[in-house]
Amino acid sequence: MTGAGAMKPENYETNPIFSLEGVGKTFRSGTEALNGIDLTVASGEFLSLLGPSGCGKSTLLRIIAGLVPPSQGRVHWEDEVRGQIGFVFQEPTLMPWATVWDNVYLPLRLAGRSRNDASASIGATLAALGLGGFEQAYPRELSGGMRMRVSIARALVKSPRLLLLDEPFAALDELTRFRLNEDLLRLWQEQRWTVVFVTHSVFEAVFLSSRIVVMTPRPGRIVADLPIDLPYPREASLRTAPAYAERCRAVSAVLNEAVA
Amino acid sequence: MSARGRQRVFEIAAPLVAGVLFLAAWQAVVQWQGIPPYILPSPLLVAEALWRDGPSLLGSLLVTLRITVAALIAAIVFGGALAILFAQSRLLEISLFPYAVILQVTPVVAIAPLIIIWVNDTFLALLVCAWIVAFFPIVANTTLGLNSADRNLVELFRLYGASRWQTLRYLRLPAALPYFLAGVRISGGLALIGAVVAEFVAGTGGTETGLAYRILEAGYRLQIPRLFAALLLLSATGIAIFAVLSWLTRRLIGHWHESALPRED
Repeated sequence: MTGAGAMKPENYETNPIFSLEGVGKTFRSGTEALNGIDLTVASGEFLSLLGPSGCGKSTLLRIIAGLVPPSQGRVHWEDEVRGQIGFVFQEPTLMPWATVWDNVYLPLRLAGRSRNDASASIGATLAALGLGGFEQAYPRELSGGMRMRVSIARALVKSPRLLLLDEPFAALDELTRFRLNEDLLRLWQEQRWTVVFVTHSVFEAVFLSSRIVVMTPRPGRIVADLPIDLPYPREASLRTAPAYAERCRAVSAVLNEAVA
Repeated sequence: MSARGRQRVFEIAAPLVAGVLFLAAWQAVVQWQGIPPYILPSPLLVAEALWRDGPSLLGSLLVTLRITVAALIAAIVFGGALAILFAQSRLLEISLFPYAVILQVTPVVAIAPLIIIWVNDTFLALLVCAWIVAFFPIVANTTLGLNSADRNLVELFRLYGASRWQTLRYLRLPAALPYFLAGVRISGGLALIGAVVAEFVAGTGGTETGLAYRILEAGYRLQIPRLFAALLLLSATGIAIFAVLSWLTRRLIGHWHESALPRED
């Protein structure tokens, strides 16, 4: 970014959580989705992967989660984080036959925790996401925004160390998206997990992130790595601040240049 | 009355009126044309036969119903188990599914005589025939349902290190339930048809005879009103089976599945 005195989060290089070393992915169809990705993510960072659709950001997220094996390179974990990863998909991806409570219970149930044992963490997580009182509702009874809240609650209920989000708010209306952005930031500051957030929205990325990694398509590669030096906590009022507009303009310029 | 209440009354009244008109036309044609009852009995004559022969026919209906229900339960148990087995191993599915199809497309009338020769017990032979007809929709539907769980949810289960059993219990089985129930609803009707066809082929006489044999018997004796009465009982049974299974479907998945939700226009 243009000489903005790049403020890096504390412990940035001293305390990495994982790093990608020369990661590439070629699908069986022959499509090269990713090429030569080197990236170190520090503990406690809010990192956004920003790029147009088809640049392999979602594939990269799946490789980090261990859902897809890379064709080249590897993911190096600093310490044991597997099993402590929360994942939020583009769609809420809830079980339609289960209540809100049971949907959020899923990760704990799969870990062998009893309902009684799990109920305190579930109650706290639902409250943190403003879902108190909706425990017994079914997904179909909720709005898109509320469903996404349930999806985030499910990802957070096990107190993950790493939260991966794949364009979670892309399908929501702007007002709902803003509210969820603000709530996500608030929870991140309270709980301090590390976030890797995939988005194609410059405004969303700048508002949320402590660092933005810009990617280009065909094959997906990293073209810029930009710290966002706006201080936290970031409130809704930031959206109209000149400093915010200035960062958005700068990131847009980088993105345009990369795609051109 | 609310708009929905009016809609409901309309949905019940319209087919009822159509039915009454049809019966009236039937009665009129039989009377005016002087059609003899051994060719086509009038509805009133059928009603009379139903009233007179009802009790004896009901005993036969019970025999047929027992075969039907037993065949449906066997189809649910074996069909469900086979589908779960298929979902566990693609190799098993590819190897065995074609044979399930062969069993399905072979007309039961054609293999019923063989089964009756091979299986000594009549009840069991009829049961096997009805089961062959009934079990395929359950296998096919449940297999489809088990394989159509949301792919992202499958990945989520993997991410949380879910065991095969957990994925089956908490994801694949609930996701398959609507498909399974749709299969059961089809199979309920087919089990009845299978039982009747098998009885026709077996043609068992004696005390423990099903409704199909009563139909044959009435045909031979030209007791056509009685034949119609038996036919009516058979249809009513099929409708009752379908209604019970539809009610069960609503009870089990009505709170979440699209197919069971009221439409909002």
